[in-house]
Amino acid sequence: MTKKISLRRMKKNQKGVIVAVKVAGDLGRRIRDMGLVTGTEIIIQGRAPLNDPVALRIRGNTLTLRNNEADYIEVEVDEE
Amino acid sequence: MQPIVLALAGNPNAGKTTLFNALTGARQHVGNYPGVTVERKEGEYRGNGFSAVIVDLPGTYSLTAYSEEEVVARDFLALEKPAAVINIVDAANLERNLYLTCQLLELKLPIVVALNMMDVARDRGMTIDVDKLATLLGVPVVPIIARSGQGLDRLMQTVKKVVEQPAAASDPDKIRISYGDDIDRILLDMTSRIREQGLLADKYPPRWVALKVIENDETLLGEIEERAPELAAELKSEADRVNDHLVKTYDTYSEAVIADHRYGFIKGILKRGVITHRYDENRLYTSDRIDKVLTNRFAGPVIMLGVLYTIYYVTFSLSALPVSWVESFFNGLSGLLNSSLPDGALKSLLISGIINGVGGVLGFIPLIMLMFFCIAIIEDSGYLARVSFMMDRIFRIFGLHGSSVMAYIVSGGIAGGCAVPGVMATRTLRSPKERMATLLTVPFMNCGAKLPILALLIGAFFADHRSLYMFGFTLLSWVIALVAAKILRLTVLRGAPTPFVMELPPYRFPTFKGLAIHTWERTWQYIKKAGTVILAISILLWAMMTYPGLPPDQAARFDRERNRIVEQYRGEKKELQLKMLESRREAAALRASAAGRLGVALEKVTWLCGFKWRTNIALIGGFAAKEVVVSTLGTAYSMGQVDTGDPVSLSRRLARDPDWNPLVALSTLLFMVFYAPCFVTVVCIARESGSWKWAFFSIAYSTTIAFLLALMVYQGGRLLGF
Repeated sequence: MTKKISLRRMKKNQKGVIVAVKVAGDLGRRIRDMGLVTGTEIIIQGRAPLNDPVALRIRGNTLTLRNNEADYIEVEVDEE
Repeated sequence: MQPIVLALAGNPNAGKTTLFNALTGARQHVGNYPGVTVERKEGEYRGNGFSAVIVDLPGTYSLTAYSEEEVVARDFLALEKPAAVINIVDAANLERNLYLTCQLLELKLPIVVALNMMDVARDRGMTIDVDKLATLLGVPVVPIIARSGQGLDRLMQTVKKVVEQPAAASDPDKIRISYGDDIDRILLDMTSRIREQGLLADKYPPRWVALKVIENDETLLGEIEERAPELAAELKSEADRVNDHLVKTYDTYSEAVIADHRYGFIKGILKRGVITHRYDENRLYTSDRIDKVLTNRFAGPVIMLGVLYTIYYVTFSLSALPVSWVESFFNGLSGLLNSSLPDGALKSLLISGIINGVGGVLGFIPLIMLMFFCIAIIEDSGYLARVSFMMDRIFRIFGLHGSSVMAYIVSGGIAGGCAVPGVMATRTLRSPKERMATLLTVPFMNCGAKLPILALLIGAFFADHRSLYMFGFTLLSWVIALVAAKILRLTVLRGAPTPFVMELPPYRFPTFKGLAIHTWERTWQYIKKAGTVILAISILLWAMMTYPGLPPDQAARFDRERNRIVEQYRGEKKELQLKMLESRREAAALRASAAGRLGVALEKVTWLCGFKWRTNIALIGGFAAKEVVVSTLGTAYSMGQVDTGDPVSLSRRLARDPDWNPLVALSTLLFMVFYAPCFVTVVCIARESGSWKWAFFSIAYSTTIAFLLALMVYQGGRLLGF
């Protein structure tokens, strides 16, 4: 079983597939330009010492984004 | 004959700078694009039987109008129509890098793809079918390793072919990305209307214009409105209609659909046997293992503080020796002129105006070079991105960016820095508003030149709590700088935070050539651009502190006094009397100068903070360089030459003076730490922000803050009965 959660709620080393990026404008464009589009598989690599931003692994490379930016990204993950 | 112009385009971290350096060597020229602070780098390539000018476009992930860099890259490609575009692509990160390639193809430019870091890709167990990729993209693809120079000859031979016969070698028409039924339909319709009207035909292909309209690209929409307002409105309403439809039926936006399809197109290409992975794509490499330590919750911040402290230490202690060479050279020169020229205006101009000015400009060079060298190391190695990652949460509170931290540290976040390299360090910041806020607040930090004044006044009035006060002022400068940044971001630099989404590139060993070019380029810009202005202002300040000089009757009185001493005294006593007279004369001349008169006039305002005219003159002098405050104060108190490093006599004198008390000292210190930055910093702010408007703003707003602080403390202290 899978469920949809926001990227912010994902835990370290958790895997998921992006199902939607719900933001337009500059931020949305930037998120998509960096390869975070629907259908992309991601793994949470870790978080900064103060828990924000979050680092994630995408196609063998690492991206970081702030938690309030991660809020717009919806991810499908396995139910535990 | 017009030279052949080539453009070099690619993602940040794809090795673009390395390739540019390898192709052009030292034949580079750095400037700015008009109206923006983005650097424009061009270099000359010679080899393989042709020569060309290569323009290194700013590194971008896309050609939307997200940042200044992207707009600059786009405008360059559209307006200057390079003969060919070398698109550098990171083989180990192919999917994301090809996103930009797709957009270059849609601009219908003659492209050669330089597939870089084939070695890294191989190490990661990736095999790339280069020929297949070239066939599917419809453009030549040349595998290279920019660091070692492998494949560069073949790359340039291919580029030459494309330049000579663009149609045969590169076929950007071959691909046409489909964006799904909804968008494809209006794309077709809009394209034909744009083609009919010849809209922007001189710049972009019609399909690209239509696509940008659907993507809601504001920069381009503005351009269309200017040329054809009616058509613009029609296109816009059509684009809105499709967007509304997508929102309603699929809960998504046109721009999202377009991006998804673009990535889908790339995935489609790669899946057709272009790329094969031998290992799990997401397995961890050395770089990731290093990151486990360097960005660890506990070890990460500790190591980062260590690295930042090391940069600070290297910049300021290693530069001490060369700085002292520069100083002693200019001191020697002054001494030589002093003994060989007759007293008078010319001598004073040469020594105090010109030599001090030139010495001042050159004295910063070792500092700036070392700092840029250190920054180049952490930038090129990839560590700077980790610093941003770790510090962002804190700096974001104040409307800044994680990488602002370095500029603050260098400026004096650890007491004793210097705002000149600090202001220049903001160049590593990619977000324009955050960068400007950093730029305008770093001069609040406790730079090395403020320390003698702190030492002087704390020594005179708060000797019992010396270290407490020193530490307090360092802490206070952080607080004021960060709060000021927040206020700026809520007022003049208002605006949503720039999206943080960024890459943590794999760690790499910087190449020495890269470091050297980086360092020299930035230092040379300082010398060339700031140098002349600094010299001019330094002469102006000298004139202000010298002219119009003593009125004739006062001068005559000093002359009579001198004659009396010469007649009356003998030996040592005579020398002493003459020296004291000379000090009094210097003080009188300073008071009679333009700066002196201004200082006296300003007393009408500054008495509110407890400053008398002598302090005012010293603070005016401090605009030249903060340490000048101490020596000017010495002259104003008729103390003759005061040693800036050891002002014990001046300190005692102030402690006894009825004009001074601990409250006045505190208010003076507050003003001195936070008022206008020295003019060298101001010139750098003008250069870095791209406008003198910001430089003047910096003077005005920091002086206002300083005045209010001093006023509050002085008047508050008076009320409390101090």
